Amino acid sequence: MKRVALALLLAALGVFASAQPIQYRDSAEEAHFRALTEELRCVMCQNQSLADSNAPIAHDLRLEVLRLMREGKSDAQIKQFLVERYTEFVLYKPEVKPMTWLLWFGPGMLVLAGGVLIIVIVKRKARNAPAAPPSNESQEW
Amino acid sequence: MIRRLLPLLAFAALLLLLYAGVRMNSGKDVSAIPSPLIGKTVPVFSLPVLGEPTRMVSNKDLLGRPYLLNVWGSWCPTCRDEQPQLTALSRSGKIRVIGYNYKDAPEDAQNWLKEFGNPFEFIMADEEGRVALDWGVYGAPESFLVDAAGVVRWKLIGPITDKVISEQIEPQLAAMEKAP
Repeated sequence: MKRVALALLLAALGVFASAQPIQYRDSAEEAHFRALTEELRCVMCQNQSLADSNAPIAHDLRLEVLRLMREGKSDAQIKQFLVERYTEFVLYKPEVKPMTWLLWFGPGMLVLAGGVLIIVIVKRKARNAPAAPPSNESQEW
Repeated sequence: MIRRLLPLLAFAALLLLLYAGVRMNSGKDVSAIPSPLIGKTVPVFSLPVLGEPTRMVSNKDLLGRPYLLNVWGSWCPTCRDEQPQLTALSRSGKIRVIGYNYKDAPEDAQNWLKEFGNPFEFIMADEEGRVALDWGVYGAPESFLVDAAGVVRWKLIGPITDKVISEQIEPQLAAMEKAP
């Protein structure tokens, strides 16, 4: 029984190794690598991160990211390297700059505007209500 | 009256916005990533020629005359479809057509050329696909138009069709002749 379990485990490890032939130096490197590749978008299957994708190009880019990491490049430098080649498309978190202000702050602004609108309407209704029952004309949408 | 129409107007404006978004993107390959290389010089590289592993070609060797770099692989079915267009372009003498064999085994590439014909002046072989990352390549077919000074003028992701030649490549070539 034990032997069967061991054989299964070894087989599973073999499959894993062939799909993911990356050898990490230590767990810190692995954690760093995973965190970084989670933030990068695969250029081929564009709804997956670089860490998740099985596309050959994602594999090549993962190896490249690891190589750059081992060269001592910072995360920002590695991202810059990819942006120079594949545009900002590869970043799941685009840089905050005038071009992307709408993207970053647009949703928040919309929520804020909606909130202000609701407060204005509620206040106006509260002011109007006790004075006179709303006629058809003054009824708001 | 206007107050009552306000929600309707807001809704109409939203519809218009969404419609414009759909219209602007229809007929375009939205998954194609525009090349950040356009207007910049090609990456520095040195690659062996397919079939002559000892002969190396570098970015400097290609200066002087414009060329069309076509990224292909024997594993890529769409590359077969654009082969006649590439052959025609090459024969027309309007532009040098240079092949870039991407992530391919040399024997497979040679067999493909025997079977479908070789439209290329010569072919650079990037078996590992490492140099291709510098070009921003992420699949095949992809094509680059590079001018005599080694500046990337245009990039296409997907096959070269007759329409692409007449509507994109030929105008680009004409522009290059005017302002080399």
